[in-house]
Amino acid sequence: MSVPVETTTRAGTTEDGPPPARSARVVWRRLLADRPAVFGLAFAGLAVLVALTAPLLSALEGQDPVTFHPELVDSARGGVPLGSFGGVSAEHWLGVEPQTGRDLFARTVHGAQISLAVAVGAAVVQVGLGVALGLAAGLGGRWLDHLLGRVIDLVIAFPSLIFSVALLAVVPDSFPRPLLLMLILGLFGWGGTARIVRAQVLSLRSRDHVAAARLAGARPARVAFREILPGVVAPVLSYAAILLPSNMIAEAGLSFLGVGVRPPTPSWGQMLSKATTWFRGDPVYVLVPAILLFLTVLSFSLLADGLRTALDPRAGGLARRAE
Amino acid sequence: MLSYLVRRVVGAVVVLFVLSVAVFAIFYLLPGDPAQLVCGVKTCSADRLALVRQKLGLDQPVAMQYWQFVTGLVVGRDVSAGPTVLHCPAPCLGFSFQTDEPVLALITDRLPVSLSLTLGAMVLWLTIGVGGGVLSALRRGRFVDRATTALVLGGMSVPVFVSGLLLLMVFCVWLRWLPFPSYVPLGSDPAAWAANLVLPWFALALVQAATYARLTRTSMLETLAEDHIRTARAYGLRESRVVGRHALRGALTPLATMLAIDVGAVLTSAALTETLFGLPGLGQLLVQSVNTLDLPVVVGLMLLAGFAIVIGNVVADLLYAVLDRRVSLT
Repeated sequence: MSVPVETTTRAGTTEDGPPPARSARVVWRRLLADRPAVFGLAFAGLAVLVALTAPLLSALEGQDPVTFHPELVDSARGGVPLGSFGGVSAEHWLGVEPQTGRDLFARTVHGAQISLAVAVGAAVVQVGLGVALGLAAGLGGRWLDHLLGRVIDLVIAFPSLIFSVALLAVVPDSFPRPLLLMLILGLFGWGGTARIVRAQVLSLRSRDHVAAARLAGARPARVAFREILPGVVAPVLSYAAILLPSNMIAEAGLSFLGVGVRPPTPSWGQMLSKATTWFRGDPVYVLVPAILLFLTVLSFSLLADGLRTALDPRAGGLARRAE
Repeated sequence: MLSYLVRRVVGAVVVLFVLSVAVFAIFYLLPGDPAQLVCGVKTCSADRLALVRQKLGLDQPVAMQYWQFVTGLVVGRDVSAGPTVLHCPAPCLGFSFQTDEPVLALITDRLPVSLSLTLGAMVLWLTIGVGGGVLSALRRGRFVDRATTALVLGGMSVPVFVSGLLLLMVFCVWLRWLPFPSYVPLGSDPAAWAANLVLPWFALALVQAATYARLTRTSMLETLAEDHIRTARAYGLRESRVVGRHALRGALTPLATMLAIDVGAVLTSAALTETLFGLPGLGQLLVQSVNTLDLPVVVGLMLLAGFAIVIGNVVADLLYAVLDRRVSLT
């Protein structure tokens, strides 16, 4: 569940440091020249749009995610939806949930909200903590670096899925669940970012422009924010892009284990968890969240991959991923 | 070398200490009463609740409970269960709140299931992942490489509970080629053991194979660009020999370390797979005990998981030093 961590950043391996950071326009142009990345961007954008407009979309369908429709399931056969393809009809675009008869389309689009919000929120926590602690380790002197280095190792090696399961099970339900998921994923997932930031800071701090700023009498805080931080942006951005899909998988996994968001709030992982008992009688109920989760995670991964290539100062011109 | 090992062992003890304190802390600082759960939520009188609490040792302060746990781990301890006194020899992980069984026995009972799952899946993911990665690197930029890269991205985007569900639907429901997985011990019927584990193996191996293929490809490309490979080629060695004898060794070194770490993380990766397929392994035990607030079992499993991960990391470092002579451990 953890993101694989590259131990050396590529900027750290060059002698005279990375070339000046690419302007946003260049990065954007390179991204658009990358077909898989464009697909990723389009589908990820669609998913975000769907998540943002979920209440609107389900209103358009005329349904909501929590109303039970017992008349639409076959109680004689254990609650399998009536009708073909899991009860697909003009009123229920993706059919209904087995047993309860809740509308599947409404639950799916609302589930996208949870999935994306948790992934983004957790990534914000991860990047925030990672950048802060990575900067502190890189600039704070030997002891602090040593101490934080151990803590980073610990966080990366920590059995975080197991610990999250334990933690999520004991926190009372009165605490907002999605927020809790963000915090827990965030608290266990900042190690990789911190490691990358630290390595980058170590290579940046001996550069001429940093020395020049110091000699000119700039205070340490100014050096950190004006001279060092901008050099950290590109590697952090390309790493943060991988965090999104891995957070989505983590959230779905926790919800699958039954410790994620609480019913009746829908989430894709939770739907999949319920689907494990229904895949014989109602395959549509499995396929809808499975395919959507797969496509969304895939598109975010493609986007991350494209962004990494586009931000990579080593790759020249618009040449595509020939590494 | 020796001082390195000593430092690693000290580090490992620190990690395990932090882990055990953290688990104790979250279970006691947060609401939720194990005694209430054991006793039954509605049918429990106050007297009986107090009795249960005393029996489980929950009437004592947290620090005391933790101290007893640690002494039990090191020298063993006696636990009074009503009129009888049970002796629990070191390393004592205590008794389950729910079933009163020794935690160590619960764990050793279920360990074979998790090991069967992980080791079998490992053989698969290594074969597929390393094979695909090497092939991809040698045919760089060609069709095989592109196809592998696409499959890798796809494979990494499928969580194990999605691929597992799809495999179940295809092979158990539609094609009916395989039985619905239920664990059969290897000792009693090897054929049934394998037949039942095929789907869980593939489900778990798919994601991992993708990660390994990607790493193998990158690592192989880096090795092929190194000077000693150029030299070997310049001597006129056949390409098969250059790749098989010289490049593979260098390229697979980072994989060995990753493998050691992944095997150490067996419990984590098994939790989702075992829950999906209903395999009675350690991961399933963990999810169950968390839901019933069975603290001794959760602590035992967390310590085991932490221990395995720490050992995995040390083995990874040692392997690295053995396989790559440029690395020295100090």
